[in-house]
Amino acid sequence: MRPMEKIKSLADLKKIRDEKLSGLQTREKGEDSENRVQIKVAMATCGIASGAKDTMEFMSDALEKRGIDALVTQTGCMGYCYAEPTIEVKLPESDPVVFGGVNLEKADEIIEKYIKGGELVDGIIPVNYEIID
Amino acid sequence: MSNYSMHLLVCGGTGCKSQESDIIAEKLKKELSKQGLEDTIQVIMTGCFGFCEKGPIVKVMPDNTFYTQVKPEDAEDIVEEHVIKGRRVERLLYTDPETNKHVEDSKGMGFYKKQIRIALRNCGIIDPEVIDEYIARDGYQALGDVISNKSPEETIALMKESGLRGRGGAGFPAGLKWEFASKNEADQKYVVCNADEGDPGAFMDRSILEGDPHSVLEAMAIVGYCIGADMGYIYIRAEYPLAIERLKIAIAQAREYGLLGKGILGTGFNFDIDLKYGAGAFVCGEETALIQSMEGERGEPTLKPPFPAESGYLGKPTNVNNVETLANVPVIIQKGAAWFSSIGTEDSKGTKVFALAGKINNVGLIEVPMGTTLREVIFEIGGGIKDGKKFKAVQTGGPSGGCLTEKHLDIPIDYKTLVANGSMMGSGGMIVLDEDDCMVSIAKYYLDFTVEESCGKCSPCRIGNKRLYELLDRICAGKGEESDLIRLRSLGEVIKDTSLCGLGQSSPNPILSTLDNFYEEYLSHVVDKKCTSGVCTDLLEYFIVEENCIGCTACARACPVGCISGERKEPHLINPETCIKCGACMEKCKFDAVILK
Repeated sequence: MRPMEKIKSLADLKKIRDEKLSGLQTREKGEDSENRVQIKVAMATCGIASGAKDTMEFMSDALEKRGIDALVTQTGCMGYCYAEPTIEVKLPESDPVVFGGVNLEKADEIIEKYIKGGELVDGIIPVNYEIID
Repeated sequence: MSNYSMHLLVCGGTGCKSQESDIIAEKLKKELSKQGLEDTIQVIMTGCFGFCEKGPIVKVMPDNTFYTQVKPEDAEDIVEEHVIKGRRVERLLYTDPETNKHVEDSKGMGFYKKQIRIALRNCGIIDPEVIDEYIARDGYQALGDVISNKSPEETIALMKESGLRGRGGAGFPAGLKWEFASKNEADQKYVVCNADEGDPGAFMDRSILEGDPHSVLEAMAIVGYCIGADMGYIYIRAEYPLAIERLKIAIAQAREYGLLGKGILGTGFNFDIDLKYGAGAFVCGEETALIQSMEGERGEPTLKPPFPAESGYLGKPTNVNNVETLANVPVIIQKGAAWFSSIGTEDSKGTKVFALAGKINNVGLIEVPMGTTLREVIFEIGGGIKDGKKFKAVQTGGPSGGCLTEKHLDIPIDYKTLVANGSMMGSGGMIVLDEDDCMVSIAKYYLDFTVEESCGKCSPCRIGNKRLYELLDRICAGKGEESDLIRLRSLGEVIKDTSLCGLGQSSPNPILSTLDNFYEEYLSHVVDKKCTSGVCTDLLEYFIVEENCIGCTACARACPVGCISGERKEPHLINPETCIKCGACMEKCKFDAVILK
């Protein structure tokens, strides 16, 4: 990560937001996040207690070993306590899909079927909320 | 990259499954393979769509067609008409109750608007440990705007106009609170975030702090600007280690960017934030007890007035807001008071986060506009009651709240209505109870909690709650009398009227509301000495089921008091008069013939 400099004004803050949004930040150059598989793992206390850390580690390792260029990051609670660990997978040019109950076996299935072949697997959680923009 | 050109998503939530959605999925697969399409179109079982009322649900991707109340025999039409001929099956489309028209694309469906995430806008979306991700989603813009372009008075007026009320329980208007603190002159003022979440089964604030810590930091700085404070503290219980860790990271990052500290964003505004840890006492969620605890004193409430806005932390004017209240602030500033007050009801604006727990299928964290009904929350978003059992009650407001029943399912959730019906909003815990729950035991559970958590400063709460608990304990043990029910109510009223702080003033609520709504159940405990839900073991009797008993005599031989009689190879009988309820018979029986009833 680049060293943080103080943001000196509201205008500067807006600039950073816009840079971040359009992916033009220097540190992202060449990585072209739009063309990568992006995975978010819900890592709140409840998710971690249900094994989200193992799922996240497995995902990062397995994707690297299997030669798939992917960005695995953590995020907060998605709200689906009944289906932890929960992950969101965004394939290039597709809408993100949320999977619930992702133990290591399920994680493996998601990589092999969905990430490699675009084939959905059981355990999708339909998004049933609206986020203000 | 996909081999499949189309997906048929069949809801595998409990509600839809009980209406044969798995058979629908099987039939769809069969129909597809009949047409030789099994390799190009995939059938998938999903989690709950949160629309159980109109289940079973089948959604077709990528065109977003949303079929409701599908039956197994509809599988043929879906495949023949929709998949092959590309024509939607009109009769299965959802009809919008407002426009009376079929909805073709599920993105336009009203039910997706049942949940609107404002306080949870970034939870599960951003990486909470990366400040840039928060900034990319308009983070710190509200703070920048306020300190660069708005006066404190203007900002307070905006908050008052928005109608935001405290989300910690009492529902005091946030803007008004800020105004009080701003008007009190002092050389030093403080902003405090109350993150002492303590209701059993509640985890709204923890999720916000773990998923979006910067939203709380930003809001605290805004409050600081409005009331004229340059220092803020987050009072958080030490048993939330992950939330603490993420807050520490967030504070460090905000300082590095100069979003906390001196001369924020090139203005003359200074503000910094530090953490104060609580030891997990429930009473410290009360703002005066919280301040005592912050000062290193015993966590005991003090008399109001003086209010914290006059004399709070270290005797200085202090504004205390709850985590969820604060998480709403940056959005309100950016989108305006009119936008916020357009959501919700006359009395309660915006949304509320609830932690759904108990006997409900979709245990989880939800955020709904104020005014949503309990029915929508429990039976649609929550997916209904577990194992197809019958709904009995929902406990809202934690140990200070009450139980609402079947007849309350259609009341709108807002501050006023919940109180009018004997419960309260509280901080947002919602515990769903089914037919197997004994309401007397539930009331006893909450009293046990308040007795444990009472700080002991005032006698109504310290002694009164203990007596209430003993009465309930007696009733559950089958030693209660009908007059105990009168005693419960009168003592409860006295505790409410005479306690010093909110804890004691509300602790009898679980008893009073269950007495109101489940009086029969109390009566059967004290008069018939029966617990109809089968929870209070002292009121249960061991009983041999005739059909299951083969007459092996194992139970009779195990019984220490010889109360089991019966011939060999004939069903046996337990004499309840002499039975001491030791359970030895039940342990010995290999045929599930001995039950508790």
